[in-house]
Amino acid sequence: MSAEFVLGHYNYWIVVVLMMVGLYTVMSRGNLIKKLVGLNIFQTSVFLLYISIGKVKGATAPIEAAGEGVLYSNPLPHVLILTAIVVGVATMAVGLAIIVRIREAYGTIEEDEILAIDHKLEFGEGVNA
Amino acid sequence: MTYIPSLDMSTFVDIILLAFLLLSALAVVIMRHLFSVVMVGGVYSLLSAAFFVNLDAVDVAFTEAAVGAGVSTVLMLGALMLTARREKPVTSQHSRLPLLAVLVTGAALIYATFDMPAFGDPGSPANSYVGMDYMERTPHEIDVPNVVTAVLASYRGFDTLGEVVVVFAAGLGVLVLLGMGFTGGTAPGKDEEDQA
Amino acid sequence: MTPHLVLRVVTKTLIHPIILFAFYVQFHGDFGPGGGFQAGILFAVAFILYGLIFGLDMLKKVISPRAVQVLMALGVLLYAGVGYATLWMGGAYLDYDVLVPNDTHNAGQHYGILAVELGVGITVAAVMIGLFYAFAGRNVEISDEDW
Repeated sequence: MSAEFVLGHYNYWIVVVLMMVGLYTVMSRGNLIKKLVGLNIFQTSVFLLYISIGKVKGATAPIEAAGEGVLYSNPLPHVLILTAIVVGVATMAVGLAIIVRIREAYGTIEEDEILAIDHKLEFGEGVNA
Repeated sequence: MTYIPSLDMSTFVDIILLAFLLLSALAVVIMRHLFSVVMVGGVYSLLSAAFFVNLDAVDVAFTEAAVGAGVSTVLMLGALMLTARREKPVTSQHSRLPLLAVLVTGAALIYATFDMPAFGDPGSPANSYVGMDYMERTPHEIDVPNVVTAVLASYRGFDTLGEVVVVFAAGLGVLVLLGMGFTGGTAPGKDEEDQA
Repeated sequence: MTPHLVLRVVTKTLIHPIILFAFYVQFHGDFGPGGGFQAGILFAVAFILYGLIFGLDMLKKVISPRAVQVLMALGVLLYAGVGYATLWMGGAYLDYDVLVPNDTHNAGQHYGILAVELGVGITVAAVMIGLFYAFAGRNVEISDEDW
């Protein structure tokens, strides 16, 4: 594994690690807010991957005012991610709203406590989960 | 002409920023005080905005700084006020299976990156065809300097219309779930469902 | 004596530049970084900042929840309306070239992009203010000792 190979793939590896950190948070943590923050990290890591792919070495931002013969980075990933960020915050707000309603209905935002309450409601007291 | 990655200033900054991103992501996992979690989440967003500037995505960086570090942190804090301040400790039993799943998935993904073109390669498939085509056609077809705007609003106008509708629908969804509290000028602070 | 005097004074001086910058980003998006999405967020941030510092009741006087709901839909309608306008003028949906026919400087494209970005900006700003209303409107007043 040469130094050039590491330099050329370092971005992708860190992005994968970030993605896995987010996924781990979503799967292992029971707190719903924490899950949502983990989902946010996962989402941002996808953004980082797209922008990394669109980067051209020695290029400049895709705004055609720099003159002739200038190298530009790929504008297409930028367009896709720009809209995805705004849609991301809007959908995150829906998630937060659902969490707020869950808290109002159950009095907790811990997953295991919510499941225990549901279990009690369905099978009555005294039956162990 | 083959492309050979080299270490220059931009790549150096890139490496440092990614290291900081990793640190703040790990801090989010470890911390249990939710206020700090949300704040470090904001720092993470700001760092990724800096990363986007370094990678020439100025429009994206602008959006991420305004949305990720600004609005989404405010919304998260607003939700925290209505829910809880602390997270329950997690038992190691609960985190063993997710850890295994994450390690396996991560290993598979890293194995897949070995076949990807090197970072910054001008000749990679993603940077050769449609993206560069937009760069060439925009000056005489749309004639606005910012190609990102041209692609967003004109070439991919349909796509953006869909995104705007999604934002609108998400806003509607939150209003249905939470209500605005005081629509229509009735008694302030009265919830919609109380009247229903 | 109202609390947080420094915060109030600083906020008052900050809001104008933020809104001015939002307009700059909105209408200068074709030339530099920016556009409807970013401008909408910035615009909403000015209102959210005002709401955070001066309270929801004051914010309600500036922009009523009803107005926010109307603006949310108005932006989408403006965007879709541009598409129907181009259809009506004989082009394809969202084909801005027909807006100014027989023009060599792509003026139709410029007008189309401007209108569409304005629609995006209005919807995004209104949705963000609406989200703030939804979360903060459910809240009890925040006391300083709460954290």
